[in-house]
Amino acid sequence: MKQLLIGNKAVAEGLYDGGLDVVSSYPGTPSTEITEFLSEKNDIHSEWAPNEKVALEVAYGASLAGKRSACAMKHVGLNVAADPLFTLSYTGVRGGLVICVADDPAMHSSQNEQDSRHYAIAAKVPMLEPADSEEAYLYAKKAFELSEQFDTPVILRMCTRIAHSQSIVDTGIRVDETPKIYVKEPQKYIMMPGNAIKRHPVVEARTAALAEYAESCEFNELELDSTEIGIITSGASYYYVKEALGDSVSILKIGMPNPLPKNLITNFAKRVKKLYVIEELDPIIETFVRNLGIDCVGKELFSPLGEYSQQTIKKAFGIETEAGATAECEIPNRPPMMCAGCPHRGVFYALAKNKITVHGDIGCYTLGAVPPLSALDSTLCMGASISGLHGFNLALGEEAEKKSVAVIGDSTFMHSGMTGLVNIAYNATNSTVIILDNSITGMTGHQQNPTTGYNIKGDPAAKVDLEALCKALGINRVRVVDPYDLKATETAIKEELAVAEPSVIISRRPCVLLKSVTHKPALVVDADKCRSCKKCMGLGCPAISFKNNKAKIYPTLCVGCGVCEQLCPFGAITE
Amino acid sequence: MTKSVMIVGVGGQGSLLASKLLGKLAMLKGLDVKVSEVHGMSQRGGSVVTYVRFGEKVYSPIIAEGEADIIISFEKLEAARYAKFLKPGGKIIVNTQTIDPMPVIIGAAEYPHDVLEQLKAKGVDVCELDALTLANQAGSSKAVNIVLMGKAAKQFDIEYASWISAIEATVAARFIELNKKAFELGYNS
Repeated sequence: MKQLLIGNKAVAEGLYDGGLDVVSSYPGTPSTEITEFLSEKNDIHSEWAPNEKVALEVAYGASLAGKRSACAMKHVGLNVAADPLFTLSYTGVRGGLVICVADDPAMHSSQNEQDSRHYAIAAKVPMLEPADSEEAYLYAKKAFELSEQFDTPVILRMCTRIAHSQSIVDTGIRVDETPKIYVKEPQKYIMMPGNAIKRHPVVEARTAALAEYAESCEFNELELDSTEIGIITSGASYYYVKEALGDSVSILKIGMPNPLPKNLITNFAKRVKKLYVIEELDPIIETFVRNLGIDCVGKELFSPLGEYSQQTIKKAFGIETEAGATAECEIPNRPPMMCAGCPHRGVFYALAKNKITVHGDIGCYTLGAVPPLSALDSTLCMGASISGLHGFNLALGEEAEKKSVAVIGDSTFMHSGMTGLVNIAYNATNSTVIILDNSITGMTGHQQNPTTGYNIKGDPAAKVDLEALCKALGINRVRVVDPYDLKATETAIKEELAVAEPSVIISRRPCVLLKSVTHKPALVVDADKCRSCKKCMGLGCPAISFKNNKAKIYPTLCVGCGVCEQLCPFGAITE
Repeated sequence: MTKSVMIVGVGGQGSLLASKLLGKLAMLKGLDVKVSEVHGMSQRGGSVVTYVRFGEKVYSPIIAEGEADIIISFEKLEAARYAKFLKPGGKIIVNTQTIDPMPVIIGAAEYPHDVLEQLKAKGVDVCELDALTLANQAGSSKAVNIVLMGKAAKQFDIEYASWISAIEATVAARFIELNKKAFELGYNS
C-alpha cells in the first residue's frame, strides 16, 4: 500500500514487517517516533527502557531467546549502548537484532555531531543507511535477514533529515517467521576470555564474508551516466546530488556503509575521470577510497560540519544560485525557550538570583541557559550534572560546595543520574542535587519513564519512589519543594547548600503541557499599580512582555502559575 | 515542474496540519511528494520551518535559498527571516499576526514592525492577510493554518475540488465543515 510516511514510521513498519517481536528503547530526538509507532502494534512487545544500554541488552536477551528484536536511539545513545554492542558483535545473534541509530548533523537537537559509522567499523558489525522513507522501510525489513544470515547485530543508520522527512512508501506484509528454539550454547554466548578468544576469528571471517556480500548488495546502487565525473555518496547527500546535478554525473550510492565494497568502488573509479566522495560528517567512505590508492575529492571541498543541501553541491560544482531579497533591518532571533508556566522556571530563577554555579544536564531544562535567566554553567551528557558537580566540589572544596548545584530531570536521573549520586554519597562531597521532577520525559515529546507510574502504552506500571531511592543510595537529606512556590524553593536551595552533608532537593510539579494538568485562569497586570520595575521580565516567561512602559500578560499564553505574581513588589499582578 | 513550498512560523502555531494537507493533496493528484520538518528543540516556541515539495519526481526533501515558489508564514517576523529562500517571481503569503521573540520580550532587540514594507520595497511579492480574524469567522482561531492554505491555493494549478477532497482526507470528521469554511474564506479573501 502506498503511503506518505515519515522516515521513523517507515523504519517502524519495516521492522514490524520484518518480523519484529521485542523492541526496547530510550527516547532521543530524532529517533523517538520509531518506538512510539511500534508501541501502537499490539502483537509485539514494546517498552521504554531507562537507558540505551539496558535497551540493547533487552534486545540481546530476546534475540538469545530466538525472537527478532530491535532498539532505537539517537547517536549519543549509542555511546551508552556501546558496551554491549562491542561484545554482541562476538556472540552474534539467534533471532535477528537491529539497532536503529539516528545521527543529528547540524545538531538540531543534540549536544554533538558525532558520526555513528565509526561504531559500525569499530565494533565490526554491518551498517545499512537509507536515503528516504521507502528505503528506510526496505532496509529495516532486510536488516533482520542479514542479521540472521551473518549471525550479527545490524545497525540501521538514520539521520535527522531522513528520520523527520516524509516520502512515499509502498509497504508490504509482515513476514511469517518461525522463532528459533533456545538452546544453551556456552561457547557462543558466555564471553569469558577462553570463549571470546575463539569468537574473535569468527568476527573477522564474518567481516570478510560481509565485505564480499557488499560487492553485490542491492543497496549499493550504480547510476552510470557521465564518464567525466563520478560521485560516491550515501544517505541524505544522495538526493542533494540528484537535485543539483541530475543525470549529468555517474553515481555510486552506498546503502551499506560498513563494510564497504572494494571492487565496486575500484571499478567505478576506473570508469570516470574525476571522482568525488560526498558524505555528511566524517570522511568514512573517502578514507576507505584513499586507502585503496584511489584519488578523490572529498572533505577539502565538502565540510565535515552540519547538514548539506542541494546548494552545498551546486556551490561546490560552480553552479550559480541566487538567494531571494532580504529586509534591510536585523531580524531578531527566535530561540526556543521554556514554556509559559514551565515548572523549571522557578528553580532557575532562584538559582540565578543567588548566583549559584549550576551543573546542567540533558532535557528541556537546558533552556535555563538562555537569557534572561542564563542560569547554567555546564551541560555535557546524560547524568554528567551530578558526577561533574562532585568533581567540581572535590577540586574547589567547601567554597564550591556552598555555591554549586546539579540539576537533572526525572527521566535523565533514571537514565544515568543514580550512579553519580551513589558516588557523591560514597565519596562524600557535600553536594546538592536538584531533581527537576516534571513527571514525564519532556524534551523528546512526553514519553513515560520509571518515575511516572505508566508504561509506553499508558497502562499503570511500577513507579519509582524518588525520595526512597535517593535515601537508599546513601543521601540522608532529601526534601521535596513545589517550584511554583518561589520562597520555599529559594529557602530549600539556601538551606541545603549550607548544610555539611550531601542532599537532594526534588522540585516536583508536572510538565505544564501534560493533558492531565489543568491550567488556572490567566493573570492580569493592573497598569495603575505597575511601576515598570521589570522584575517580572527577569523570569523570561513568553507570556509576559513590556508594552507602553508597563508589564503586559498575554491571556492566551498565561497558565496562571503565579510565579510572577509572587515576584511583583507592588502587587500589580493578580488573578 | 516541482513546486517548492515553505511553511514557516513559531513552534506550536499548527504548521503541521498545513503540510499534511499539501502532502495529501499531492498524493491524491498522483504526484511524488516529500515533506521535511525538524522536531525537538525547535518546538519550544522557537522558529519552525517545514518544506513541502511535489511534482513528477522529487529528489531533495529540503528547499535551499532562492528556491521556494511560495512561502506561507504564520507570523510576520518569520516571513522576513526566510525571505531569502524565495525564488525570483515567488510569493510570500503572510498572516499579519505578530509574536514577540524572547530577545524582544526582554528588551535586547526591537520587533521590526515595518519589515514587510522593507521586503516590498525590494520588489518582493508579499501578500498580507489577517488570517486570525477569518479563522475566528470560520469558527475557531485554530483554523489560521487552513485560512492561509486557502489563500495560497490560487498559486497552484490545482482545482478547488481537489483541495476540498484533501481537507476531507486530512482533518477529523467533526472539523471538516469548519475547515472547509476557513479554506473558502482564505480562498476568496
